[in-house]
Order: sequence, then structure tokens, then C-alpha cells
Amino acid sequence: MKELFFIFISAIIVNNFVLSRFLGICPFLGVSKKTDTALGMGAAVIFVMVFASLATHTLYTYVLAPFHVDYLRTIVFILVIASLVQIIETILKKTSPALYNALGIYLPLITTNCAILGIAILNIDLHYSLVKSLVFAFGSGLGFTLALLLMSGIRERLDLADVPPAFKGMPVALLTAGLLSVSFLGFSGLFASFIH
Amino acid sequence: MNQKLSLFTRGIIRENPVLRLLLGLCPTLAVTTEAKNGIAMGLATMAVLLCSNIVISLFKNVIPNKVRIPVFIVIIATFVTVVEMLMHAYFYSLYKVLGLFIPLIVVNCIILGRAEAFASKNSCVNSILDALGMGIGFTLALFILGSIREILGNGTMLGFALFGKSYVPFIIMILPPGAFFTLGFLLAGMNAFQKK
Repeated sequence: MKELFFIFISAIIVNNFVLSRFLGICPFLGVSKKTDTALGMGAAVIFVMVFASLATHTLYTYVLAPFHVDYLRTIVFILVIASLVQIIETILKKTSPALYNALGIYLPLITTNCAILGIAILNIDLHYSLVKSLVFAFGSGLGFTLALLLMSGIRERLDLADVPPAFKGMPVALLTAGLLSVSFLGFSGLFASFIH
Repeated sequence: MNQKLSLFTRGIIRENPVLRLLLGLCPTLAVTTEAKNGIAMGLATMAVLLCSNIVISLFKNVIPNKVRIPVFIVIIATFVTVVEMLMHAYFYSLYKVLGLFIPLIVVNCIILGRAEAFASKNSCVNSILDALGMGIGFTLALFILGSIREILGNGTMLGFALFGKSYVPFIIMILPPGAFFTLGFLLAGMNAFQKK
């Protein structure tokens, strides 16, 4: 139980997916202009991450590992994730057109969001059990959402600020992300003795 | 001939995937703690890009339009697996350092982007030139970023000490925030240069 808690907290703040592992940078910089879309994207990513972890972990443990074809994991995982995203997109289109419109082109892009494939592979590389994988996925998704939300809040203010012309747009967004990353660095010693 | 040359040089400077199009930022930020890692990542990505562009341009008339994206992803994932296994066998130390980011070449937007935007519409020769140009552009960007971070953060260049013993390294440059800062300032510098 204690270990699950550490995995959860460290996935959110210590090893934040965006700010310290550099996974999911494209949506982080692309969808973080408004708080609403940031929340929608974050929710979609949490959802897909948990289901992708469930699907890939089960598939790896019961199919790929017993038949010694674990070298196929990259191909299998990306296909599983692609179909999963497709299903979620269809469901969202039917049930919540507003959210579907807000996320626009970024929903299909979740397939090529490295955070999703990243979590599937990390679960295997870290030898996590299914429960730990799910907790890790949920925590990582929350961490991603947290980073996205903080960034969107700052960027909404930044629109009103007087930024030097050369820094407008992406450069200042990257510097902001850097400063956020510095502040998350402060958490790094939190459970140093518990994380292998 | 001139047109072919411009296909090749386009990806290096004018449409540099990282510095101009801002694609593939996850590996760009994550592995550039040293110039050597940047080059290795760039070359691995270029190998995958070259192979996938060749195969996709050859089979472009056979691949049904509706399922082209999944087909592209499977082709790319296959070559990524090949590259991963080769690196595991022959460059084990680099394989260890790049770790998670080798399988994640699959979700590098540059590769799928070139497959969709270029290789699926152009001849094989043109696709090879495009892949080489984009690959070199990507490697170059990673090398520049890696060099800056290694020189400032560690006082070395490709492993050789540049400054005397009195040099105090600017550690934050090789930590995650340094990646954001370096790319942010680099882009701002390019913007300022372009305006003049």
C-alpha cells in the first residue's frame, strides 16, 4: 500500500512526465493556450493512459512474454494504443460534441503522444505488476494534467504581458516550461530512498 | 538537378524539423544532455526515417487510402524494432543511455509527418533525398543543443575537457530545466537573427 502511494505521488510531482521525463511535449506546448482545452486534453490523456496500461500490460504478461516474442512489443503496443484512441474518439464524438470540437486535431494525435507509448513501455521496463501499472498510469496522467494546467494558466497571463518580439510565441513558452521544471526539481529529493 | 538539391537541403536549414517546424521535441529535449547522445539519437531517427520513407514511397500505390496511417505506423514500428535490436547488440552503452527514447522513435512526429506529407506522394528517389535532408537537419539540431548543454553544464565537448580545473559547471544545463532554457534561447536567437 505504502509503495503504491509512493509510486502515485512520485509520478505526479517527482518524476513529472512532462517536466522531468520529457514525454508528451507536443500536446504540452500545443494545447496549453487555454485552461479549458488543457483540462479536456488532460482528462483524455488520463483516460487513455489507464486503459492503455491495462491493455498493454495484460497483453504483454499473457501473450508476448509466454511466447517469447517480447521484441514485438513496440509494434503491438502502438497498434493497441491506436485502436484504443479510435474507440475513445468515436465515443466522445457521440456523447460530448463540445469537448470533441475543443480538442480538435489533438485527439487523433494522442496516438503519437509519446506519453502513452512511454507509459506502456515504462510499466514493462520497471517490472510493475498490473495494479502498480494502473496506479502509475493514473498518477502520470494526473502529473501531465497538472503540468498542462499550470502552463495554460501562465500562458493566459502571458498573452497580456509585454514580451520582447524575438521571444514571442514558442521561445517564451519554452522558458516558462523551464522555470516550471526548476520548481518541480525541488521535489526531487522527496522519496529518494524509496525510488530505485 | 537543382530541384533535387533543394529537396535535400530543405530539411537541413529552411525547414529544419526541430528549429523551424518544432517537431520531435520530446527526444530533442530528453537526450541532449551530451553532444554524443544527440548525434546517436539523430542518426537512429534518420535510419528509421530513411527506411520508412523508402518502403512507403515504393508501396504508396498498393496501400489503401483509408488505412494508410495504421500501415505507416506498422512500417515505422518495424524499422524501430530493427534499430533497437541492432543498438542492443552493437552499441550497448548508447542503448542504455537513450533507453526509453529508442522505442519512442515510433511516435516521433517527424517520421509519420514525412510519411504522410511527402513519401506517400512522391517517388522513391525524392523520398530518399527528403529523408536524408530531414534526418541531417534533426541530427544537426540535436548536436547543437547537446553541445551547448554539455559545454555549459559539464565543461566538456564530446567528452574532452574544454576549460581548466577552475571551471565550475553550470549544472542546471544538464538537468531537465536546461533543455527548455537552451531551446527557448536558441529559438529566440533565431527569431532575432531572422528579423534583421
